[in-house]
Amino acid sequence: MLYGYGGTILRLNLTTGQITKTPTPEDLAKKFLGGRGFVAKILYDEIPLGIDAFSPENKVVIASGPLSGVFLPSAGKIEFGTKSPATGGYSDSNMGGHMAPELKYAGYDAVIIEGRAARPSLIVIDDDRVEIRDATRYWGQGSFATEKALKKELGEDFQIATIGPAGEKLVRFACLSHDFGRQAGRTGVGAVLGSKQVKAIAIRGTKSIPLADPAGAFKKGKEMYQAVFSKPGFKEWTPYGTAGVTDWVNEVGSFPTRNFQTGFFEKYKEINGQTLREKIWINDKGCFSCPIPCGKYSKATVGGKEFYVEGPEYEAIALLGGNLLLKSIEEIAYANAVCDELGLDTISGGAVVAFALEAYEKGLITKEEMGREVAFGDLDSVVYLLEKIARREGIGDLLAEGVKRAAEKLGSGAEKFAIHVKGLELSGYEPRNAPAMLLSYLTADVGAHHNRSWAITYDIASDRERLDNKAERVIELQHIRPLFDTLGICRLPWVEIGFELEHYAEIFPLITGWSYTWEDLLKVSERIWNLTRAFNAKHIPGFGRAYDQPPARLVEEPVPTGPVAGKHLTREQVEFLLDDYYRRRGWDKNGIPTREKLQELGLDFVQL
Amino acid sequence: MKLAVKDELCSGCRTCELVCALANFGENNPKLATLKVTGHFPAPGHYEVKVCTQCGECARVCPVNAIHLEDGVYRVHEDECIACMACVAACPEGVMFTHTSRSAPFKCTACGECIRYCPTGALFDATGEIVTGR
Repeated sequence: MLYGYGGTILRLNLTTGQITKTPTPEDLAKKFLGGRGFVAKILYDEIPLGIDAFSPENKVVIASGPLSGVFLPSAGKIEFGTKSPATGGYSDSNMGGHMAPELKYAGYDAVIIEGRAARPSLIVIDDDRVEIRDATRYWGQGSFATEKALKKELGEDFQIATIGPAGEKLVRFACLSHDFGRQAGRTGVGAVLGSKQVKAIAIRGTKSIPLADPAGAFKKGKEMYQAVFSKPGFKEWTPYGTAGVTDWVNEVGSFPTRNFQTGFFEKYKEINGQTLREKIWINDKGCFSCPIPCGKYSKATVGGKEFYVEGPEYEAIALLGGNLLLKSIEEIAYANAVCDELGLDTISGGAVVAFALEAYEKGLITKEEMGREVAFGDLDSVVYLLEKIARREGIGDLLAEGVKRAAEKLGSGAEKFAIHVKGLELSGYEPRNAPAMLLSYLTADVGAHHNRSWAITYDIASDRERLDNKAERVIELQHIRPLFDTLGICRLPWVEIGFELEHYAEIFPLITGWSYTWEDLLKVSERIWNLTRAFNAKHIPGFGRAYDQPPARLVEEPVPTGPVAGKHLTREQVEFLLDDYYRRRGWDKNGIPTREKLQELGLDFVQL
Repeated sequence: MKLAVKDELCSGCRTCELVCALANFGENNPKLATLKVTGHFPAPGHYEVKVCTQCGECARVCPVNAIHLEDGVYRVHEDECIACMACVAACPEGVMFTHTSRSAPFKCTACGECIRYCPTGALFDATGEIVTGR
């Protein structure tokens, strides 16, 4: 009997229609915990070498964690993992809402989706009853239109994730959407589901999660809520959510602006959290069991059209706002709503449109190829490009490949302003004067994503010119933050309002019955980090230091404007950061985990 | 204690459902809650919380008088219940619940735990006895 777990792993083969259920192995749970850990281990074990991300042999692994759905603050995070069509390497993307708890209430810790369906399909998981149904009538529909129709068809109690037209068309940065505004946004997992002809996944669960010490866990859960309520940030941070950081990022000169040409957007006060709250906010929208709802549900009117959207959250404000020069919160919200319905990641979506606009300005894409005139700061241009991308029409077919592949095809120096690492576009922090943040982007297993290590606050707090203290903190963050994704819960109470990490170590044994300390949990996180690095080393030809390199703009062009004008890191400084990082990790000079390190972490089965 | 709701403050987190089931049944399972949060999305974009108003309609329709008024709270006596489900159909708020693990329908016991842990103050005590300050 596993406490804190649903107890079963579900496997669906879409090619054969076979559905199998196996007990969640105790050794897997003890060694990899759940969530990201399960995704990493299952992908490592099961993905054949050399396959294309869109081949039927690729798999999508969905996993909750041992703390998902349990009474404690913000326990509603689920992981979607696959071999990424953006990077060709390991990927997992994290999503809030209500799916992680529902999956566990249905009795499952993970779902493995393999093969390819013969027709558009809907996966229905209703406690023990699992079906693959025809979804032809939903194919081509928007993300939320599909979710709304499925709620009506199946019942309000079902928690539903859908892909939009972008996922169907295999856009390499297509996302999954859920709960009318939550996404597994990054790494193109929506496109992999599209390649398998999976339009939606619907889950309903009615079972209880078994707890090792129910009374003790309930008491500790109450204490955790009271601790959140007592934090000043509970009242100060929550009204604005992640959008509240917009001012600070501009004031430290790290706000992606005009395709990362600079790190400061003059009109930032017009697109910040306060403006959002005053102008378009209508309701707070929280994930399961979350006392600090970062979701800001909004209603706005643009060009006579009234629309609803969850957000924009900070990353959307950065990538659709500053990076595209959209100048009002309403316009950003509109672009966000367009991305959501089409099933496009707002981060990569904004980055790819910015790349296209710069390529157009530089004459690398002609007006004829573009299909019309386009410009930064013009909402019509942005919406036009997003729709072209999602349907792979005209220039959209090239852009749907992401900036790395699009730049390779365009040539003529386009790679200089293709802002990505490993094929994944950078999220909302311009790192030319933020070495720990840059190192975080360079070394994140999924490509340039802030989720693994949001180190920019450390850069500012620890002397941003200094390099020798950055790798250590990045590594520490890369173990703490992904641990939340492994436990199946949200990191924001810790990140945003200073909720103490000790609470999680205290409730973990009460839920699972396992006497893990916080250090034990961090060791699991390090094990997973090394396993995903090993996945990349095996699956990406020539993988190593060459794949941990920054986009040329960030090491060749000084920041032209704003608080850190004139700054950038040199390639030599980047190599210093990587050397320091690899050494501290116990990896070789090429960034590959050594045999000693793998053995220390219990990863003897890894052969590199 | 009188449980009351300000829908406009609800963020849909369902902490209330979770704490309710734990307080009443010792089970970590929102499907055993005696109140219900429903979202109305994408439009008009708000939540609605259905709670027991202790109106007594359940007791009125019960053919075997298995629902008793005790200190202002209607309680289901499971040993007297014949599971005819008349109360479930009659509840005007839709908050007389059933679950495969329970032999009788179940309802709010006015324990107040949902109010104590509602992060937004959407749930509150109209008598003012339970004060959360949120």
